[in-house]
Amino acid sequence: MTDAPAAAAAAAAFAKPARRHGMGRRERAAWGFVAPALIAIAIFFVIPVVSALLLSLTDFDIYALADLDNLRFVGLRNYEQLLSNPLFWGAMKNTLWFSVLGVPLSIAASLAAAVILNARVVKWRPIWRVMFFAPYVTTLVATAVVWRYLLHTRYGVINWALQSVGLPAVDWLGQPETSIPAILMFVVWKIFGYNMLIFLAVLQTVPDDLYEAARIDGAGPWKQFRHVTLPAIAPTLLLVSIISVAGFFQLFAEPYVMTQGGPAQSTVTVLYFMYEEGFKWWNLGSASAVAFILFLCIFAVTMVQLWAARRMGAET
Amino acid sequence: MIQTRPDRRAALGLLAGAAASGLSACSGANDGVTRLRFWAMGNEGDHVGDLIPEFERRNPGVKVQIQIVPWTAAHEKLLTSYAGDSLPDVSQIGNTWVAELSAIGALSPTPTAARDLLTDQFPAVLDTNAVDGRAMATPWYVDTRLLFYRADLLARAGWDQMPTTWADWKRAMHAVKRAAGQGNYAILLPINEFEQLLTFGLQVDEPLLVDQATRGNFASPGFVAALAFYKSLFDEGLAPVASNTQISNVWTEFARGYFSFYMSGPWNVGEFRRRLPPQTRWMTAGVPGPTGPGASAPGGSSLAVFKSSPNQEAAWALVRYLLEPGVQAEFARITGDLPARRSAWSTPSVANDPYLKAFEAQLARAEAVPKAPEWERIVTEMQIVAERMVRGEYTPEAAGAEIDRRADRLLEKRRWMLERGRTT
Repeated sequence: MTDAPAAAAAAAAFAKPARRHGMGRRERAAWGFVAPALIAIAIFFVIPVVSALLLSLTDFDIYALADLDNLRFVGLRNYEQLLSNPLFWGAMKNTLWFSVLGVPLSIAASLAAAVILNARVVKWRPIWRVMFFAPYVTTLVATAVVWRYLLHTRYGVINWALQSVGLPAVDWLGQPETSIPAILMFVVWKIFGYNMLIFLAVLQTVPDDLYEAARIDGAGPWKQFRHVTLPAIAPTLLLVSIISVAGFFQLFAEPYVMTQGGPAQSTVTVLYFMYEEGFKWWNLGSASAVAFILFLCIFAVTMVQLWAARRMGAET
Repeated sequence: MIQTRPDRRAALGLLAGAAASGLSACSGANDGVTRLRFWAMGNEGDHVGDLIPEFERRNPGVKVQIQIVPWTAAHEKLLTSYAGDSLPDVSQIGNTWVAELSAIGALSPTPTAARDLLTDQFPAVLDTNAVDGRAMATPWYVDTRLLFYRADLLARAGWDQMPTTWADWKRAMHAVKRAAGQGNYAILLPINEFEQLLTFGLQVDEPLLVDQATRGNFASPGFVAALAFYKSLFDEGLAPVASNTQISNVWTEFARGYFSFYMSGPWNVGEFRRRLPPQTRWMTAGVPGPTGPGASAPGGSSLAVFKSSPNQEAAWALVRYLLEPGVQAEFARITGDLPARRSAWSTPSVANDPYLKAFEAQLARAEAVPKAPEWERIVTEMQIVAERMVRGEYTPEAAGAEIDRRADRLLEKRRWMLERGRTT
């Protein structure tokens, strides 16, 4: 990171002669190089996003699907109606619960796994790495079906374990109170491997001298973690938390496969709500509006995270 | 409507077609065999295959490819494949989807040559499948909701017969609640299911939607009376304020006498028979109405031939075959579904079942629900308001007005379309 100013200076030195002769050609070449990426971004990102924004200002529905003449421009009415829809707010609340519980849980799980795997005493590290990473690369639907068996009220292994230590069986996916924790267990198990790899990579860049110095100063494992590891991985922690928040805000497939939003709509997330609005009721205008509200929410949370990180000095 | 369809679908079709042309080329379409794509759902999808060999034997050159679609995804899948121009030739569809699929112009109306398939049927079920007097789909099997009740508890409460009017029924419910003992109720009306209130609403004279189904009519004196009756069952302690997720096992609770009346359909007859202990005496009966035996909403599935299908003739031949009374009776035997053709009801397995008797009478009294594509959303909103009414937020009059307000908002687009003559 200390190289950045030097690199900038070098770039400036290069740019100067270019400005005098043939700058147009150099610039053209540069544009030529980035053009493929820009075209892909334009076609697959900018155009769909702009169309979705326009769509969210119309009442595109089943009638418009039959005949485009039935499409009307309605301004912000979709947004107004959404904000007065209790089911939408319910979905918001459920999504918040998923994020508030899920983000710390998944980060804690992946960080713990990474720290343990990074310790020198652990043998066969590659095998452990593969084992922990495996859930992430398996098919979501297949694993969700397996987890539904694990969570089964009468035959599930989780309830069997609970009962064998004398605890009552839990109707995990059948009651509104336990459905979110049940799905979270699955989600955290599924995704922690990915963040673990990121943490593992950055943990390996922490110089050993720092730990050595800390040990000489009498720091135990917890103090080493608190004062050496955490500051060293803080920027990564920030990145992972931003990615996780965005991911948990967009939770869809897990509740779709495991509970279909039930019981009593307790696992309807914002994205699930958007899917129903769009593909069950075919109100694509209103569904696009949901997408933009979700975008604004994620954007706002990310801004808050960045602000908090800056206050704590994590960003460098 | 079809002619004025813009180029968007054509463009989509071109894109999809370009991608799919490679595929369709290898499916061997040129061997003179007509391949009918037939979508069926759930239980019907699992069993209809048993009937197909006979059809293929009678129609050489036609092969039926059955695709089983889960009920939970069926509605979305039909609309999505309409958008993507990949509808099958024939599909089973829920009765209540007919209006919607007709509105987008997906269905092929019943041709003159197939008019006879609409005879020997229940009128209300036919009505559900008609848009503007034109049959858009053909009823395949039927169902409707009626009352499952504890005959033993009703007799102990002093009623030998199931009452037929609201007033008598309520007196019977009070007596049953007393007979069932402390902590028990008379009826289960899950607060998150709209079907029970809708049934009461269908029993009054006023229609639920008016002005060509563009405005709610839930504040009419009739529907308000239905709301008041519904609310009174909770207020008088005859029904627990509970949603269906709070009743973990309907059959055990019914056997225990937690409630003695339960509104459900033919799919539950087998379950009640299997799961209730033999000493529990129960029976089915028509739903009481305000002044006499009441109506109920006709349900079930229909067979739809899609306009996009190039194999219209073979598709209608399949529909004709599946509606033959003999095939209907066989289908009823293997699935437990109630046949749409009335002559198939004389088959011994249907005719000799004491629990199915009430269904035939109830179906004859069935009343079609309004045919607006927005209907399902309207009843969802109706129940949200009704739940709040039961919890004391609204009086029946205020609830009727509130449902109207929500229905009118959902129907706003439909009014605009009708004003411009774009739909019927």
